[in-house]
Amino acid sequence: MFSILRTIWYVFLHSFRKRITVQYPDQKPYLAPRYRGRIILSRDPDGGERCVACNLCAVACPVGCIALQATEDENGRRYPEFFRINFSRCIFCGYCEEACPTYAIQLTPDFEIGEFHRKNLVYEKEDLLIDGQGKYPGYNFWRIAGVKIGGKDKGEAAHEDAPVDVHTLLP
Amino acid sequence: MTSPYPILSILGILIVGLSIAALLIWVERRLLALWQDRYGPNRVGPFGLLQVLADTIKIFMKEDWIPPFVDKPIFVVAPAIVFVTVLMSFAVIPVAPGIIVSDLNVGLLFFLAMSSLGVYSVVLAGWSSNNKYALLGGLRASAQMLSYEVFMGLSLMGVVLLAGSFSLPAIVEAQKKMWFVIPQFLGFVLFLIAGFAETRRIPFDLPESESELVAGYHSEYSGMKFGMFFVGEYMGVTLISAMISVLFFGGWLGPILPGVVWFLIKTFFFISFFVLVRAALPRPRFDQLMSWGWKVMLPLTLANLLVTGAVVLFWR
Repeated sequence: MFSILRTIWYVFLHSFRKRITVQYPDQKPYLAPRYRGRIILSRDPDGGERCVACNLCAVACPVGCIALQATEDENGRRYPEFFRINFSRCIFCGYCEEACPTYAIQLTPDFEIGEFHRKNLVYEKEDLLIDGQGKYPGYNFWRIAGVKIGGKDKGEAAHEDAPVDVHTLLP
Repeated sequence: MTSPYPILSILGILIVGLSIAALLIWVERRLLALWQDRYGPNRVGPFGLLQVLADTIKIFMKEDWIPPFVDKPIFVVAPAIVFVTVLMSFAVIPVAPGIIVSDLNVGLLFFLAMSSLGVYSVVLAGWSSNNKYALLGGLRASAQMLSYEVFMGLSLMGVVLLAGSFSLPAIVEAQKKMWFVIPQFLGFVLFLIAGFAETRRIPFDLPESESELVAGYHSEYSGMKFGMFFVGEYMGVTLISAMISVLFFGGWLGPILPGVVWFLIKTFFFISFFVLVRAALPRPRFDQLMSWGWKVMLPLTLANLLVTGAVVLFWR
């Protein structure tokens, strides 16, 4: 009996508490920088595409919403010919971002991508590609990787020694 | 002491009563939200007040579906009964001196009779729906009403003994020196609990307990018929709150402000208390409800009646 009255009193005390509702359209909620929202493709500091079309994101995707086709430019740089994410399938798990070896694919704290037509949720490469570097500024895969491309021979990458001519090591 | 313009007070009480019942939807949602640290409906119009209008339009536009397996005439009449009986009870409520539809000399008995008739609505709705959950709801309602009606009537007899009249304006007049809540505190608590059971509000909402019986007696109802049950329930809350303020808190009596304002303040206070209890308390099991009614409340009421009778007898 006493506990009933005490419950009523405690609930009444909630009249003086702060309300915890975030009034969303007027009042934007704080989203952490690592929030998993709309997916983007970033560029390296030189403005080139980071994506090397390795297909790891498409393989990691549990719902299979990523489709891409790899190709090579005249410098020997791999890049995706098309890159398509179907956001009506995407579950925003972030596995693609984890799988990406070049920090190209990233999830952003933007979730307001509602559409009236389902087909508008299929984002093409020009919708996904942004001009900036996203969460990892300064990272440039082609500078670090040892692979040879046009304008950068073997051994010219950052933190890389020139290749050793094994014939000089002969006794 | 009936009003000089009876039509005016009938229309006034009807319109004000109905608008209060409609507004209570908003009041209840806002108050529940306040006690759960939320905002509730605050988008439509100032403070979300137009939510009432939006809900009304919505419920009128809904399809009014009568399932093919129901007992059609009874199914249609049932929601009207709760509405009519509650509205009839408002006829004997004295809002202020002179503002009363009908000053019956058995006003209190009339109120008790009408609120007992209200249970037919629930039972018939449950029966005619031809649905086992609805029937269970109706069954629970009839058992609950039977057991709580008994001490509801008896808990008010202390007030009648003190006032010496069944007429509600006379009962209010008798509280000029002291509100009856002080000598009849036990009676007030008992009547409050019976009132919760009578309006089928949350601690005693077993007839419609949505977590066990889908929606109880109104499972099969839709559109405005469903709305009628709700308007009836809110009118019932208003009615019980008004009765509490009339019987135990001196109705229109109060300093400075006019009588109508005092009556409305007291009534609104108890309406808020109804909502507060809904926010705070869970629903008991059905056997707990019954044994609580018969084994605790009824003996307490009888003891209260006996003691009050003895005191009145020796005092006079």
